[in-house]
Amino acid sequence: MDSLTFIAVASIISAGLCIGIGAIGPALGEGRALAQALSSIAQQPDETNTITRTLFVGLAMVESTAIYCFVVSMILIFANPFWNYFLSKVGG
Amino acid sequence: MQLSPDSTILFQYGFLTLNATILFTWMVMGLLVLGSWLVTRKLSTGSVISRRQNFLESVVSMILGQIGDVTRQDPKRFLPFLGTIFIFVAASNLLSVVPGFKPPTGSLSTTAALALCVLVAVPAYGIADSGLGEYLKNYIRPTPMMLPFNITGEISRTLALAVRLFGNVMSGSMIGGILLAIAPLIFPVIMQLLGLLTGIVQAYIFAILAGVYIAAGLKIHEEIVQVKR
Repeated sequence: MDSLTFIAVASIISAGLCIGIGAIGPALGEGRALAQALSSIAQQPDETNTITRTLFVGLAMVESTAIYCFVVSMILIFANPFWNYFLSKVGG
Repeated sequence: MQLSPDSTILFQYGFLTLNATILFTWMVMGLLVLGSWLVTRKLSTGSVISRRQNFLESVVSMILGQIGDVTRQDPKRFLPFLGTIFIFVAASNLLSVVPGFKPPTGSLSTTAALALCVLVAVPAYGIADSGLGEYLKNYIRPTPMMLPFNITGEISRTLALAVRLFGNVMSGSMIGGILLAIAPLIFPVIMQLLGLLTGIVQAYIFAILAGVYIAAGLKIHEEIVQVKR
């Protein structure tokens, strides 16, 4: 295999691995947070506004790790710096 | 497939480049300024108010209430900054359902600029509140050992603000594009509707997190004042 094929294979596989493994942790964490918030709302319905707001902010914080993985895999697929470098080397 | 509207270059003259991000940012700004000018041109304080004034008043009072809940202080000081961020991000996310419009928040340069504004606003509010020396002491609290961690925290949360908004908005339009290729009949519409919800939630989260960071720069000072009393 030449270097271009090698980079393409490595990028695609690692992009899939990145988003696949990276989504597990935030998914588990968000599920836990949501379940806890629901039981808190069931116990204290008066505090629904505060709990919902804190839940949203917390979910956004947790979700940002998954978003990082998504951005990294998008960069690997659509804007891979190594790919462009070796493409210019082969072309030029 | 394009990752961001930055790469759509409409006009180039020397080093001046007009890309789609700048164009759509100015369109959103113009729309907001024109809309609020039209509404606030003839305000009335009586019991009969126009529908548009009612709408704007409810938006402003909602933002005031939320900022007050988060910062637990008089929200009037923070309204110009946090309210502007919320309305701009929400408007540009909502307008993404208009065909041909690419939300400027789907570009990392816009979100990085907004996050840098927050990075500057936190010490600005803190210094205006408690003075330069007192604010800088926050960095070496509780011990000077924490100085590198505090600085790292400031930088990483700015990065997280920028990448979170960019990733969410960009992934919304990206998923729409991918679904158009796989199941073009109904699913893209559903994902667009979901994108409206995500856009509002992300705008809310951006403004609320900025409020939390600003309030965190002030709160320590207030606790000290209480202890001194």
